[in-house]
Formats: sequence, structure tokens, C-alpha cells
Amino acid sequence: MNAIAKPEVREANNRTQACERACLIPRVNITETKDAYLLEAEMPGVNKNGLEVLLEGNELTLVGRRQSENVEAQLIYRESSPTDFRRVFVLDPTIDTGKIKAEMENGVLTLSLPKAEKVRPRKITISG
Amino acid sequence: MNLVRFHRPDLWRSPFDQLTNLREEINRLLESPLGDLDRDFEFFNVGSPVLDLYEDKDNLIVRAELPGMKKEDIDVSLHDGTLTISGERKVEKRGEDVEPSRSERFFGRFQRTFTLPKSVEFNKVTATYKDGILTVTLPKTEDSKPKQIEVKVS
Repeated sequence: MNAIAKPEVREANNRTQACERACLIPRVNITETKDAYLLEAEMPGVNKNGLEVLLEGNELTLVGRRQSENVEAQLIYRESSPTDFRRVFVLDPTIDTGKIKAEMENGVLTLSLPKAEKVRPRKITISG
Repeated sequence: MNLVRFHRPDLWRSPFDQLTNLREEINRLLESPLGDLDRDFEFFNVGSPVLDLYEDKDNLIVRAELPGMKKEDIDVSLHDGTLTISGERKVEKRGEDVEPSRSERFFGRFQRTFTLPKSVEFNKVTATYKDGILTVTLPKTEDSKPKQIEVKVS
């Protein structure tokens, strides 16, 4: 079963590490194109200011902190979790970590993780 | 409170991928701290938005988590004291040779219906969408606002 899983961006095994309080695991989609991996993480209620993307070596940590809500209104019923979003991924060395781009829109973080030049498919022309 | 369950359209995935996902989801459930359990049961209720209900002096306020939507794809309707939030999260085209390697996000139609605890002025309801959160503000009718009753001494 593991053989079909893409190993290039994988979940860190100890994914709840260093989570001071309980934290929420954001839902993530990862797609692969010729040049890059695209990671989308759902963090409703988080804007640019509450977002932290940390890269230590090959370990990518996503943290989303929600802004405090309307405090004057009284909470009657709650399904959402008041905790922060957090998830850790391990990137394959073939990802060019110097060129990672992040974008936050409507509560979805989109990370573009470009592949290093050397691993992109290349067409070799035959000379002679 | 009505929960409507939806089929998740697994367009591109093989049965093997789905099994892998199921296994991951179970692992997730087992590993998460107890407080997260409710949230993780979303797996059985995919696509239906998470709701919070607030009340202040004049309004009922409903907040729904709907990350990554377009404003025009969200419908809010009120009928006979019942609020319905529905819509469709559309798959974004990412170009031609795109291969999914992890799909946890929900795409497709969803609906959530629930009964409001108080009567509201249905023609004064407003809704805003920001940072993936839909906020519906429902002004209470005069009848459902708290009233001070003066006690007269006779």
C-alpha cells in the first residue's frame, strides 16, 4: 500500500509534537505538477497575520492562529474548536526549499513547493 | 438540528488510495488529543460545515466554517424559523498534467439546516464571508428580546 503513496511530501510521524495545547489538524490536499507540489490546507478563520510557516531543514510546520472573535456576544452553541491549527510535513530533498511560496485566501493556505531543476522532467535532444 | 450527509466525489482516486486515506483517517482519530475527537468525527459527516451560534442583545449570530469558497457559491435561506446554509465547493482546475497525491478536502455540494432558538426578523438578515468563515446576523424580533418588567407596588 505504501508503494502508491507519494513520498515527496509526507506527514511527520510525530505530528502532534510541540503542540502546547490540543491542536487541530488542517485538512490538506497535495497535488503534483511537472514543476512543483501544491499543498492546500484548510484553516477557516485564519488570515495572513495568524499564519506561520516554518521550515527547519526538511521539516515544514504549518501553524494557523485564529483571531479572537466578537467577545460581546454570548456563545450559545459551539461545534468549532478554539485551538490553533498545526501540522508538520517532511519534504523530500528534491524540493527547492529556497523557492517555496505561500498564499492565504478565504481560509485556505496554498503553498507552492517547487521541484529542484535537476529532478524536473527534461527532454534530451539527440544530436548528430 | 438536522445533519445532512453527503457522498464525497472521489473522482480521481483508485480504491487503493481510498483505503490509504481511510487508514490515515483512523490513525488521525486515534492519535488526536481527546478534545479533537468531535471534530475528527467529521469524517462521517464530510462536507457539512461546522457551526457556532452566538447571541447578543439584538441579534442571533451564526458562524459557519467554509474555507476556500466563492461568495457566490454560498446560499443562505430562512424558512419558518429554520436556517439553511448550502452551496457547492468547486474543484479548481490546476492545469493539465496534475496528479493528486493527497485529497482530504471536501469538494461538491453540502447543506446544513437547523432550527433557530428564537424568532428573527427574516427581512433584515445579513451575511458576510471573510477568511473562510460565513457570518449570518439575524436580528431578533421585539418579542424575543429580553424585557424589563417593572414591578409596581400597589
